[in-house]
Amino acid sequence: MHEMGIVSGILSSAVDAAEKEGASKINDVRVSIGVLTEIQDFALQFAWEALTPGTMAEGGELVVTYISPVSKCSQCGTEFEHDRFEIVCPDCGNFVCEQLKGRELTIDSIDID
Amino acid sequence: MEIDIKKPILDRNERLAQDNRKLFDEKGVFVLDLMASPGAGKTSTILATIAALRDRYNIAVIEGDIASKVDAEKISAHGIPAVQINTGGACHLESDMIQRAIEALDLDELDLVIIENVGNLVCPTEFYLGEHAKVMILSVPEGHDKPYKYPNIFQIAEAVILNKYDTLSVFDFDEAEFRAVVTSLNHAAPMFPMSATKGEGVDAWAEWLTARIEAVKSSS
Repeated sequence: MHEMGIVSGILSSAVDAAEKEGASKINDVRVSIGVLTEIQDFALQFAWEALTPGTMAEGGELVVTYISPVSKCSQCGTEFEHDRFEIVCPDCGNFVCEQLKGRELTIDSIDID
Repeated sequence: MEIDIKKPILDRNERLAQDNRKLFDEKGVFVLDLMASPGAGKTSTILATIAALRDRYNIAVIEGDIASKVDAEKISAHGIPAVQINTGGACHLESDMIQRAIEALDLDELDLVIIENVGNLVCPTEFYLGEHAKVMILSVPEGHDKPYKYPNIFQIAEAVILNKYDTLSVFDFDEAEFRAVVTSLNHAAPMFPMSATKGEGVDAWAEWLTARIEAVKSSS
């Protein structure tokens, strides 16, 4: 249920940015989330619906792009996609890898009126 | 109208955490964020750590729980300053809660602050509090399959404590498999088998912690 904390973060940044632009309504908020963060989509949308009423984002949409994990092998330099569990270089079998993608928690943009 | 933001979602938490961290570094206080499921032995591990290091260092504890003062009272009973944070339902601590909690502590007099996060293997992982290290405890009765189910916490922990190690023969816990999976998720984290309530296996952990405490003290 850390999705509540995540959505409060999204909402406060979105409302700040919208207020700066003199907007009266937020139509949608676009975010990127890495799948390694273990954020559940249904819990995220549930939190959005619970937290937005009474704010500028009421009735607005939360649009999420999920980012697959990518790592780089520290031994041979191969960059490879992987799942949440097995992070092993497909070329040389090394598991000492640098995480390049998959931990994102970013607000990309908002659409306002 | 579309407006670009490109900002971390947890921006506010991150900024307050960096303020916390700056303060900890200035004061030369090493701060540990201890994470585990409910019942894994977080409080027992803290008590064992206090017993091992209290002659050498001044220690305080921040207790995060959804409700109650039970843990803070256990720690205070040993003459160690303890601040209780009640999250009122939230499943993890955030940096503003830590900011308020440290107001009750005299950081000038401290070397080590241990934060006991809310019992949970998922939520505390994403929230930076300003700590120097996140460490996790898995207890033997929880089972060796937990890294498959909660990979994130095993990836971000800087050390893994395997608690209730004395019950290994009672539970069907495959230590070799557990070690192999943890290593594949996080090759750098040392593992410390421990039986916190019996004080067994605490030395290696205390030694690791001492090195980290000294590093922060010497650079402040």
